[in-house]
Amino acid sequence: MASSVATERASSEVSRREPAAPISLGRVAGLAVLTLGAVVFLFPFYYMVVGALQREPKTDISGAFPNPANLTLANFADINAQVDLVRTLINSGIFTGGVLLATFVIGMLAGYALAQLDFRGRNVVFNAMLLILVLPFQLFMIPLYVLIVRTYGLADNYLGMILPFAVNATAVFIFRQFFLQLPRELFESARIDGASEFMILRRIAIPLARPAIITALIVTFIGPWNEFLWPFLITKQHDLQPLAVALANYISTVAARAANPFGSILAGAVVLAIPAVIVFVVFQRQFIESNLGSGVKG
Amino acid sequence: MAVAAAGRGGRMRRLIGRDPIGYAFIAPYVVFLAALFAYPLLLALYISFFDYFFAAPGAEVERPFVGLRNYAQILGDPVFQRAILNVVEFIIINVPLTVVLSLVLASALNAKLPFRAFFRTSYYIPYVTASVAVIGVWLWLFSGTGLLNSLLSPIAPKPSWLVNEFWAMPVIALTVTWKQLGFYVLIYLAALQNIPKELYEAAEVDGAGVVRRFLAITVAEVRPATTLVVILATIVGANLFTEPYLLTGGGGPNGASMSPVLLMYRQGIEQGHAGYAAAIGAVLAIGVMVISAINRFVLERE
Repeated sequence: MASSVATERASSEVSRREPAAPISLGRVAGLAVLTLGAVVFLFPFYYMVVGALQREPKTDISGAFPNPANLTLANFADINAQVDLVRTLINSGIFTGGVLLATFVIGMLAGYALAQLDFRGRNVVFNAMLLILVLPFQLFMIPLYVLIVRTYGLADNYLGMILPFAVNATAVFIFRQFFLQLPRELFESARIDGASEFMILRRIAIPLARPAIITALIVTFIGPWNEFLWPFLITKQHDLQPLAVALANYISTVAARAANPFGSILAGAVVLAIPAVIVFVVFQRQFIESNLGSGVKG
Repeated sequence: MAVAAAGRGGRMRRLIGRDPIGYAFIAPYVVFLAALFAYPLLLALYISFFDYFFAAPGAEVERPFVGLRNYAQILGDPVFQRAILNVVEFIIINVPLTVVLSLVLASALNAKLPFRAFFRTSYYIPYVTASVAVIGVWLWLFSGTGLLNSLLSPIAPKPSWLVNEFWAMPVIALTVTWKQLGFYVLIYLAALQNIPKELYEAAEVDGAGVVRRFLAITVAEVRPATTLVVILATIVGANLFTEPYLLTGGGGPNGASMSPVLLMYRQGIEQGHAGYAAAIGAVLAIGVMVISAINRFVLERE
């Protein structure tokens, strides 16, 4: 029942791989381009990890290939002494978790209503959602700051962090596109049996929507987990800052003073990067296929 | 619920639709949109016409109406002009590079080659990683004593990349291109998979070579995706904040990498000139929308 686009593509990919294609100049050139790309994309990450594991890394090319005996976790202890990694990771988790929860509950209801229910004004809401996808955040920076920090006094508060991101518009769009693909008849019989719309959503639509839910939640996850500007604006208290903000503050204040600050910066960077990379690598197949299938074709 | 029952037929149904329960489902989202998008949007415009400054919740302060003065001020401000030129420089470097590289990589990925899943994943990893984390490694690579300078030693720029007025902005443009590219590769990949195979076969029969087929079919057929890529890349350029703030130490050297959003932060939040900053936001948003409209017109006119 997954999106037909995704399954179609997955099966064509399997069948494509089977016949051993002849070696041609074009294939070699294609592989060379792809490999060069992979090196360019992955080397900075490799260098990040290698730098984080060395006390005083050489900055010539030999520093990129250290003797394994010289590797150490000391930089992680260093950054942890400056930035409380556990505390800031928990803050990132609460911020991200709050956004995921709100997106799941509110976004799912909205996506279902936009796709399957017929009521006046539905298109107005849908168009407003599309508008948000193209309006740049900078337009909202000052008024949101005025509202959340000054009017509601939600500075240094998880709710203040979460609210502007609470319902991810891309996720609502993905939910809607998914529910649009489901045939109406699927729901009509349940309606005739007297099930309420909420029951239908919970018992029929949500169980079918697992691929869309995973995609939408991953898209949503990387937003708040990586977000810097907004939580940076509204958190001054260290024990409420997400890791991205705490690490950025460390970079901007310490980088200028310390003799060799890169070891601890890179250790912090590794800790910040790992959760998002793991989430993505674990779910990447689902993510890439269903997201773009629904996203681009509209 | 009485409404719901009545709504299944008759006049009520025509008036509010077949499923009035939809209002209950959509209500939380509508409240969210109204409170966190519609109202702030109006508030942004309102603030930009006033000499607005921040006050504690509930405090009564005077914030005189100044008409278009904030707009006149920012347009005449050399720092703002420089920030806009920096964004233009960013877009000139970033957009062509993004379109060419992501289309080439997507085309290579679209061929029947081994390890596709690995390549696709590796291109996408920078996109899912926090800017703050990748800036850590760029700071190290581009630092005065960093790997890049030790490889280039005789031809390394002086002063070094990030503190060099000429290089600060190109380095930002290149690192952001690197970070976002995987996302655009996926957009192109999806577009490529929708091109009918028969087009290529027909062109091959007509004797068109690989390059000719790429230019005449691929580039033409992915044009809607190109519009999307150009618009999204423009929005990213207009939104630059983290890189100039962290990578080049607050828009340095000498404002050579100042971005409009960084200027909004400095003016609006640090110095409390909210009206001025809100006007910057409005000018930027209008600029982005005009550029998007032009892109659509130019790229999709056929």
